Amino acid sequence: MNSGMLRQMRPTFFYALLGVIFMFAAPSVLQLFTIINLTTAIALAVLALSLALIWGYGGILCFGQVAFFGLGAYVYTISAINFGGSTWAILMSVLVTSAFAAALGYFIFYGRVSDVYLGVITLTVTLIFFSLIRRTSGPEYKIGNALLGGFNGVSSPPINLPWNPTSFLFPEQVFYVAMAALILCYVFVGWLVNTKFGRVCVAIRENELRAELLGYDTRLYKLGIFTIGAGIAAIGGVLFCNGVGRITPDVFNLYNAALTIIWVIVGGRGTLIGPIGATFALFYLTAALGGQSVLNNNLVLGVILIIFVLLVPKGVAPTIIDWVNARRKKAPTRARRRRGSRAEGSQ
Amino acid sequence: MTRQRGDVVVETRDLCMHFGGVRAVDQVDFTLFDRELRCLIGPNGAGKSTFFKCLTGQLVPTSGEVLIRGQEMTGAEPFQVASLGVGIKTQVPNVFDGLTAEENIWLSARRWHGDARARVLTAETIERLKLGDIRRTLVGRLAHGQRQWVELGMVVAAEPWLVLLDEPAAGMTHEETYRTAELIEEINKTSALIVVEHDMQFIRMISRTVTLFHEGGILMEDTMEAISADKRAREVYLGHRA
Repeated sequence: MNSGMLRQMRPTFFYALLGVIFMFAAPSVLQLFTIINLTTAIALAVLALSLALIWGYGGILCFGQVAFFGLGAYVYTISAINFGGSTWAILMSVLVTSAFAAALGYFIFYGRVSDVYLGVITLTVTLIFFSLIRRTSGPEYKIGNALLGGFNGVSSPPINLPWNPTSFLFPEQVFYVAMAALILCYVFVGWLVNTKFGRVCVAIRENELRAELLGYDTRLYKLGIFTIGAGIAAIGGVLFCNGVGRITPDVFNLYNAALTIIWVIVGGRGTLIGPIGATFALFYLTAALGGQSVLNNNLVLGVILIIFVLLVPKGVAPTIIDWVNARRKKAPTRARRRRGSRAEGSQ
Repeated sequence: MTRQRGDVVVETRDLCMHFGGVRAVDQVDFTLFDRELRCLIGPNGAGKSTFFKCLTGQLVPTSGEVLIRGQEMTGAEPFQVASLGVGIKTQVPNVFDGLTAEENIWLSARRWHGDARARVLTAETIERLKLGDIRRTLVGRLAHGQRQWVELGMVVAAEPWLVLLDEPAAGMTHEETYRTAELIEEINKTSALIVVEHDMQFIRMISRTVTLFHEGGILMEDTMEAISADKRAREVYLGHRA
């Protein structure tokens, strides 16, 4: 890691530090119920982060990022039941999900499937999972000791200390794990997009033919970022089924698939903190709307999406960054010469 | 790198590219020697650009062979052609609009070198092409001629031994065209070039040997003076202008 990259990553470290402060402050301020709820929101934020990576930076509009999220949760739950502990289950979850994404991605990218069909294929895969797992309610549908449970889902064993299956974590401790996982994933992705690999992925997003003409095998880079994104979504899935306590096929439904896209659109493509922030905001907005009965929940979400697409098409975070940069440009500062060396770092 | 067949760097044998019934490129046998500068000219629809795209892997030929340094490259992916050390500039400027000029060029140098060397090469290329004023500007905001220069910078930064340029002077001002011709002469000191062009004045500035395309095939291959003097060539192409 050189000094240039460290400078690019300064905002990433800043937000990560805020996250660490929040992580230690929240349990002493907030009530347990809120903390448990927050764990679920954090899990969804990891999912949003994974799509922010592959869509925002890789230019791959995956309409079925929840497929990897849900698959990760199912693999974790089934493995944890069978292994009698969470340590290997978490590892299995990430590996199996990444391998599945790599296999799917191989056919998509090496078959040179166009962007629109990529969206269709990934969404279809998600809905296939939804339909398949809903039909697994009988006692004959079991993997090892784990019954799949059809539309009722499976209850997920909580995370335990590494290699110590009897010491389950309490909900408050799961919150720490979730928050730490989100921060680590965020810093990892922030680093990744500033590496050569990340910059080439951005280049491919900008102009795939030009990247090829420079001698980059774009298929391999797209497959790489797609697979990494799926692995991160699986981590989100593990946290999600821990926060909720069970995993059901509803995770694969059309509503959730669309919601993930909405987080990234509202937060802003090409940034990481934007989609994470948007996930929390919309999660709590949905919760608040659930407490009243005047307006339909989905109607409000739909209106928000339309407003953003029409009025803030870039999303919140890039709009704020543009605004700040424009103001800085007006005021002559010493920072001027340093500004804008790269269009987008890892905000 | 080993070189077969003397110093022939590009060769096509019986190359055909048909679109339905249209024979865009028809049985073309073409040879380019090392350090040679070759211009491809011809009227619209003569097959120059299609031929160019067959060389760069953007099109898979219907039949025939493309050999680059004796290596069979027929139907190869564009990145495989570029990975041989071939620098390519397309007809429509293909640049990374959302990135700065500097980063565009860095991405080209970084393909071949480590980070430190890539930075040095990027700085050198910016200096050489006089892109200093626009290095931190997003390429999408630049004027057409400047975008062309950024793309030329990406070609140069990779230090290619073979350069393929499709209409490098298209849409450039007179001054820019002149500088492009100078740059091409300079590139030619170390690499072989194939230049597809329309602009006759530009070709006269740079040309050694010119290949005249007509109706998908090669009509003649000679110096610009000889082609200008040839009756047949004047009829199919130059007649409009000379």
